[in-house]
Amino acid sequence: MNSHMPPSSTASQDQSVVRLRDVKRSFGATAALDGVSLNVQRGEILGIIGRSGAGKSTLIRCLNGLERPDAGTIEIERRDITRLGETDLQPLRRKIGMIFQHFNLLSAKTVEENVALPLKIEGWPRAKRLARAAELLDVVGLTGKADAYPKALSGGQKQRVGIARALAAQPALLLSDEATSALDPETTRSILALLRDINRRLGLTILLITHEMEVVRAIADRVVVLDHGRIVEEGPVWQIFSHPQSDTTRSLLSGVRPQLPAHIAGSLTQATAATVIVAADVGGAAATDFLKDIGRAFPDGLNLIHGGIDHIGSQPVGRFFLSLPSESLSLFLQSAQILGAHVEVLGHVADPV
Amino acid sequence: MSQILFELLLRSLWETVLMTAASGLISLVFGLPLGLALVMTARGGIAEARRVNIVLGAIINAFRSVPFIILLVALIPVTRLIVGTSIGTWAAIVPLAIAATPYYARIAEVSLREVDRGLVEAVRAMGGNRWTIVREVLIPEALPGLVAGFTVTVVTLIGASAMAGAIGAGGLGDLAIRYGYQRFETAVMVAVVVVLIILVSAIQWLGDRAVDAVDHRG
Repeated sequence: MNSHMPPSSTASQDQSVVRLRDVKRSFGATAALDGVSLNVQRGEILGIIGRSGAGKSTLIRCLNGLERPDAGTIEIERRDITRLGETDLQPLRRKIGMIFQHFNLLSAKTVEENVALPLKIEGWPRAKRLARAAELLDVVGLTGKADAYPKALSGGQKQRVGIARALAAQPALLLSDEATSALDPETTRSILALLRDINRRLGLTILLITHEMEVVRAIADRVVVLDHGRIVEEGPVWQIFSHPQSDTTRSLLSGVRPQLPAHIAGSLTQATAATVIVAADVGGAAATDFLKDIGRAFPDGLNLIHGGIDHIGSQPVGRFFLSLPSESLSLFLQSAQILGAHVEVLGHVADPV
Repeated sequence: MSQILFELLLRSLWETVLMTAASGLISLVFGLPLGLALVMTARGGIAEARRVNIVLGAIINAFRSVPFIILLVALIPVTRLIVGTSIGTWAAIVPLAIAATPYYARIAEVSLREVDRGLVEAVRAMGGNRWTIVREVLIPEALPGLVAGFTVTVVTLIGASAMAGAIGAGGLGDLAIRYGYQRFETAVMVAVVVVLIILVSAIQWLGDRAVDAVDHRG
């Protein structure tokens, strides 16, 4: 199994940093959260993905009490925060770092003052908090930018400051609210790598919300798919990638998983023809051997036309588009099932591909 | 221009500067907290209190609706209570300050309201209380607007102080009315206008430089 996977038993000796039980929140007649239950395990990176309006933002804002649920309980480090007043929430929020899509840096403060602000709120003396800010700027690779104002920084640098600021008060949990959605792909990769690095080095639990499967795939251990305020699917990222169960997940995955090339998809017919085209999804160790193993059953006439093996975390995830003679389809389906693959018959083409 | 007129001009300038500076300062001290209160108690504010907001807004509107010349006279009892007299430069400072305070409160409100809500949220998320939000977010982030708005208020006060001549406050405006307008001494009128232009330009220039110094927005 995935080495990053924490124990999955719900009764485990509280490895959960966050526990949500049947959390509900509506705005007028629309339910933003419609009975969400989930745990975030210590040290994991949990990705919450959904389209806009799925309830992600409401969910993340409930975790530090910026939003109050109508029903259900939210425990942070075993403490129910749903009934806490604003004054009691304030010390708790200091132990939850948060980064934002638009960085939310204070324009009137220098980089080091921004990073040191959570410590100022905690009442640290100036010299001490600036020393800590310098350390954190080192961690995020912004040494030398301490006296700059945010307007002088690029988007990626701003988010690095945001991360340093979120880490300042040594939080038990880091919330990331679409932290890379305003960044270009290259900067996104470097920010995600930084978050991954911080997670490993400090053992920091990270909960991130995003609408991009690419982000989940890059750093999350586990993913929760949210749709219309409900969890439609959850599990280790590689499993979700190899066997998505819901339509929402499949649609969110469409951009990051291999798709049948359009010119082939266009020539498919549902009526039986000489050649059938199938998609086989296989995750874990079985993915590596799948082609070799299935090939044994088909000494001739099995073509890989698209796809291959991808690695998510340390797990191979295979998605193979194969063409084979239509008369061999039932043999293929049986063999594939034995090998642990999920097969979808996409259609037929008259000529072999 | 005669020596006497020159001295009169200098004295009037001093009176105008005194009235403007004193009432400007008072309007800052009371108007900024009022503006903050308006923003904080508004819907979605950090200390939402709709009723307080409506009452505050109504009081401010009422004071801003009264023409200054009427306020000047209507406030005579109040002025007498505070300054001990109802005539003279110091007496004019009371109605000027009372008129300028709600004016600056509205200007401050606009600047404070434009502070990105994400910044307020970020500081709430790091465990800041309301006071922290006011001190670390609202005021510093709105500062360029607050300074620019204060400059506007001070320049407006220079204009309003001309009316203060009605209660014997003196000042440049009063000089222009009595000598320039009522006695047809065009030279005095021109001199006063030139001094006023220089004064207003200097204040605007200072205000603009101050905005530049505090503005770090992108």
